Amino acid sequence: MKFGIVVFPGSNCDRDVAYVTRDILKQPTRMVWHEDTDLTDLDVVVVPGGFSYGDYLRCGAIARFSPVMQQVVAHAQQGKFVLGICNGFQILTEAGLLPGALVRNRDLHFICDRVELTVERTDLPWTQAYSVGKTVTIPIAHGEGRFYADKRTLEQIEANNQVLFRYAGNNPNGSVNNIAGICNRQGNILGMMPHPERASDPILGGTDGLKLFQGLLERVVAVV
Amino acid sequence: MWDWESSQVLRKYLAHVYVTLRPSVLDPAGTAVQSGLSHMGYDNVEQVRIGKYIELRLTAVDEKTATEQLNRMCDRLLANPTIENYRFDLKEVSVEIGASM
Repeated sequence: MKFGIVVFPGSNCDRDVAYVTRDILKQPTRMVWHEDTDLTDLDVVVVPGGFSYGDYLRCGAIARFSPVMQQVVAHAQQGKFVLGICNGFQILTEAGLLPGALVRNRDLHFICDRVELTVERTDLPWTQAYSVGKTVTIPIAHGEGRFYADKRTLEQIEANNQVLFRYAGNNPNGSVNNIAGICNRQGNILGMMPHPERASDPILGGTDGLKLFQGLLERVVAVV
Repeated sequence: MWDWESSQVLRKYLAHVYVTLRPSVLDPAGTAVQSGLSHMGYDNVEQVRIGKYIELRLTAVDEKTATEQLNRMCDRLLANPTIENYRFDLKEVSVEIGASM
């Protein structure tokens, strides 16, 4: 399974993701510059964390119009996998690939911490390596990670079971319905504020994030 | 300014764009500022909401075209309709003498 990791000016988690997919999971991986326009060789596109284009105006607002994002949209429309982590999640909502928006944390702090998440469903490749209802520990690091959607959109998200991860226990940032990560209706696009790539090597104190990437690899064996 | 492609005079406009959080979206920064004002003694301030102000200069054949363009700019980039509202005012400005065009 070939991974492509988008690099915007200001991305800073791109190499961490590559370390997981290339070095830990031994999968072909290449970095995709924000001006690249050919993603046809890729199975999974990862939009990583960071501060794309300085996060000027709004987080992800300018990245959304970069040349590569048109191709990310096309990739997603073919039903292929797109994963947005942190700033990547913000970019995917700005691009309209995922509903809602991410706004300033309730308490205005930049939060860098490990949080417990509940896995809400395990019938998608993203989470099939987890057990449903299980709590996992994955780091967060964001100042604008409070998920917001209007009432009607939120009802649709819940009715379609699009929530994959919720904050367990204390809600760190004020996200509606404790939402930490959602997918689109088809389930091939995932956006999440927590950083699974930072919880994939035991030397960093936890490996709960690795299962997310492993779940994708199982799909190759099972489906293709 | 003459636009050779459309053979029309292009007018120069100045837009003041105001982007505000939708009322349903919590504004913790506004609340913090309100608290600061309260510490100054202004405990009569009932609410503070913080938004953005953008000044934008553009050329267009007429005001209608400029307004249409600005609406699209706001809907797609300057504001995020999921969380924000916007409004703008537009006025024609005369070309400054010596301004590079």
